[in-house]
Amino acid sequence: MRLRPAEWQLAMPLALAYAAFFLVPLALLIMVSAFDDERITTIGFAQWRNFLGDPFTWKVIFDTVKLGFVTVAATAVIGYPIALVFLGAGPRWQRAILFVVILPLLTSVVVRTFAWIVILGREGVINQAVLWLGLAPAPLNLLQTEPGLVIALTQIEMPLLLLPLLSVMSRMDPNLRDASAGLGASRWRTLLRVTLPLSLPGLVAGCMLVFASSTTAFISQFVIGGNRLVYLPLLIWQQSLVVYNWPLASVAALTLLISVGLGVAAIATLGRRSRAYAV
Amino acid sequence: MAVVDTTPRATGITGAALTRRRAADFSYSTVVGLLAGIGFLILVGPVVIVLLTSFTEGRSIKFPPSGLSIQWYQLLFDPVRSSQIHGAALNSLQVAVVAMVCATALATLASVALARQPGRWARALDTFFMSPLILPMLAFGLAALMYFTFLGFRPSLGLIMVGHIVVVAPFVLRTTSASMSQLDPALLESSASLGASWLYTFRRVTLPVIAPGVAAGAFLAFVASLDNVPVSLFLAGPRSDMLPIRMWGMMESMLDPRVAAVSGVLIGVVLVLMLVMERVVGLTRRLRD
Repeated sequence: MRLRPAEWQLAMPLALAYAAFFLVPLALLIMVSAFDDERITTIGFAQWRNFLGDPFTWKVIFDTVKLGFVTVAATAVIGYPIALVFLGAGPRWQRAILFVVILPLLTSVVVRTFAWIVILGREGVINQAVLWLGLAPAPLNLLQTEPGLVIALTQIEMPLLLLPLLSVMSRMDPNLRDASAGLGASRWRTLLRVTLPLSLPGLVAGCMLVFASSTTAFISQFVIGGNRLVYLPLLIWQQSLVVYNWPLASVAALTLLISVGLGVAAIATLGRRSRAYAV
Repeated sequence: MAVVDTTPRATGITGAALTRRRAADFSYSTVVGLLAGIGFLILVGPVVIVLLTSFTEGRSIKFPPSGLSIQWYQLLFDPVRSSQIHGAALNSLQVAVVAMVCATALATLASVALARQPGRWARALDTFFMSPLILPMLAFGLAALMYFTFLGFRPSLGLIMVGHIVVVAPFVLRTTSASMSQLDPALLESSASLGASWLYTFRRVTLPVIAPGVAAGAFLAFVASLDNVPVSLFLAGPRSDMLPIRMWGMMESMLDPRVAAVSGVLIGVVLVLMLVMERVVGLTRRLRD
């Protein structure tokens, strides 16, 4: 019994560090957003009113959330089959697949963004192929378009979807799938009735991470999307480091925080609902 | 693997039904195989393309490269002409090492503390510690900038280190907590009942069991700090240039081909570190669990 009190106290250093350098700054963010002027002297909600009263803001919020959901859908459609291949593979191949998934995760986001410039650019891989095949008379504009950005984000965020998903898959009892097949179910039926419901927690966790990451992926959004595609992170960056209007930057940051929170909560709810549905 | 008899006689499926099932299974393999193939291509392709591009002979970034040469690597390693990149790389490395060491120490202690605590508050604290993973890092970066400015600090490497500790600690917490759950409490109890002090038990029993998890977490924390943009963006001053931010700048000024060379070096380093970590602590297993 002597151990107990000593043991929980070990969490204190991290808790204190988080309180001082995480919680207090976030509280400050909320406070600063409640000032009218850039010099932070007059308390008021003018920044909130101006920001949320502007139709452009709502378009940006909508685009940001849409980008998140489209990226989640694209990563799920392409990522889930990878997880199915992983499920059917032997231990050696499972390790190889994990390695392939983790490698992009650990290569810098800037490097991965750069790769997509090389692929999507005017002299890029896709345009070279398109011109060579004669599919188009001139190079296509893929950079600075939403489809281009979604393709790039699909790769950039894919490992975040796959890690929790593969974790759940590798704990799944293979006998259940064998039983399903043995009872005469086709592989589609087994997928829909056995594998998918069992892997749903991992899929939902992965989708939440992808949503949170893709909506805030400033560098990828900015470098691939350019100035033509405006998302909330760009507004935060402009207002804080270019215009130096910290109250407005704080308002934009909190708007992003709330949007991401609501999106993640929506995915969690959807996951719970469909789980009840599947069983 | 259990062997299950799926012959028609055993399952009671006959004739047309069997054909239909075969067709369904075939379409399943085709669709899943195709999508997974695209998935693997998308995952690995860009990494390969960057590596090949970095060896181009031409003066601009193009794929396929017009010829092979190591000219951009030579330029990258030229101490005079690439001094800014070297400075940024050195800063990033310093920050990553300090952030890794501090985050590993703090998060290891915290996960040891939380692993055996039942009850709601321990779980709440755990969620709190993991929240930087979901929270938009850009919002935290801005908050940290305003906080430190109000406290009277100027942007510096030290501030970046503090910011990075907060955002990379969850990685260590995750892998270490996974290892803690595999630690048999009976070992701790017998160590204590034999008269070992808490510290001795920690050193001789707990640490050896969780060491691989801690090491895997430390590695992830190091890489996460090295790659971090959103926090560094706000806390970096004119004298604390960071590598990812400098690379961003090099990409903006219409593609300095040295970006490809830097990327090549980073990919190479991460690949080697990954293979070492896989050997030593079973990195893929740690991330899967």
